Amino acid sequence: MSRRPYIREPSKTGWWLAQPRYIRYMMREISAVFIGIYIVVLIVGLWQLSRGEAAYIKFLATAEGPAGLTFAVFAMLFAIYHTYTWFQVTPKAMPLTLGSKRIPGAFIIAAHWFGFVLVSTALWLLVGS
Amino acid sequence: MSGSNKPIIWGLFAAGGTVAAFLVPVLILITCLAVPLGLLSIDVLSYEHLLDLMQHPLSKLVTFAVLFLVIWHAAHRIRITAHDLGIRNDTLVIVICYGIAAAGTLLVLAALFNI
Amino acid sequence: MSERVIELDILRYDPEQDEAPHFQTYTVPYRDDWVVLDAINYVKDELDCTLSYRWSCHMAVCGSCGMIVNGEPVLACHAFLRDYPQKIRIEPLQNFPVERDLVVVMDDFMDKLSSVKPYLVAREEKDVDDGEYLQTPAELAQFKQYTACINCLLCYSACPQYALTESFVGPAALALAHRYNLDSRDVGRSVREDVVASNSGIWECSFVGACSEVCPKTVDPAAAIQQTKIASTGDYFLKFLMPWKRQ
Repeated sequence: MSRRPYIREPSKTGWWLAQPRYIRYMMREISAVFIGIYIVVLIVGLWQLSRGEAAYIKFLATAEGPAGLTFAVFAMLFAIYHTYTWFQVTPKAMPLTLGSKRIPGAFIIAAHWFGFVLVSTALWLLVGS
Repeated sequence: MSGSNKPIIWGLFAAGGTVAAFLVPVLILITCLAVPLGLLSIDVLSYEHLLDLMQHPLSKLVTFAVLFLVIWHAAHRIRITAHDLGIRNDTLVIVICYGIAAAGTLLVLAALFNI
Repeated sequence: MSERVIELDILRYDPEQDEAPHFQTYTVPYRDDWVVLDAINYVKDELDCTLSYRWSCHMAVCGSCGMIVNGEPVLACHAFLRDYPQKIRIEPLQNFPVERDLVVVMDDFMDKLSSVKPYLVAREEKDVDDGEYLQTPAELAQFKQYTACINCLLCYSACPQYALTESFVGPAALALAHRYNLDSRDVGRSVREDVVASNSGIWECSFVGACSEVCPKTVDPAAAIQQTKIASTGDYFLKFLMPWKRQ
């Protein structure tokens, strides 16, 4: 009796399209592209700020144009998805116990969202005033 | 299988991801969407106001920390995504991703030094 | 009155005759209390005795009957016919070579499992006469969840990183390493490090989380791996900052 094991290779590029859970994973990973581009834009903005008023105003005009705004909307959606997925996994990565009882994951996640609102409000008030 | 240097990269990734999770949404709101939506006055993004905010050494420190950590988080995740999408040339991906992150970090330092 | 039936599309492969696997359809009576394994057993007993597959306990504790049912890795004894449509597609577990029909070659996993030293490494080996290793309920609670692994390989089937990178140690093996690392009777973390904290170990994981979603025993290997990443990162910096400290 001869053995001839058969190897089934999934697609190296398209494997994630096969199931909703993989699509959600890929969306989470893609969020880093939008966040990365946004940070690069911020860095460029900071650089232009350091170069003087004229340079900064030119930067602002480009960044606030229709393309910039469209990108910002998508970046915002992906950024929120990053926040959502990051908080979801936090209880798994750092399980907390009080005495001998495990603190429920939902509580940890809720605490993170609470902190998120606090930090966002603080920054809004700091910059917006 | 010898020891990995991944802990440094992963540590930066985890720190940056946490910072991004808490701060990037509100940053996008303030810097890109609040003014067009009429939630903030256009003066908030004016040259004078931002320069004023940046003068404080604490502002510079926090700004550096946030931009540094988040760009390294994004660089690492994009590198992983390239692998997930079947891009085999890991060396090229590493050079591009971490190279841009390094360049960005230097640019931040240069900018903050000049402000 | 005609009896309700379901159709099983089963991936067949005979290494002595077939070039490649192909689907074969069987019509099986529907029973409300049947699981997919019962339907497959009916095929073997009544329709086609050449069908090959692994099974044993029929109660989700042995881990033998893992297979892909309608695209999802499940234990065949744990998947009820009443939860599926009339047509059910059955394939062997993904990411393993197919030996024959629904039987996969598990050798890669067996090698990786033994490489993480899934046994207690005690500080001092005690003689039986010296008594037991003592452990409090709280200490047991630390790692008990990870003892539930039945080596069914559903997690390896679901893991895209295992699909993309052959050398990845994988969810179950890493979860079991974690089980021993967390065990208060064990001091073996440093001897497991070579494999666990290598580039093919925890660092290959990108936290897709599919492994934990498909695990029939709620072991949560994804959590085990993330906790190991944090512990390893801590270890690394500790070694760097305090090289004199004994690990």
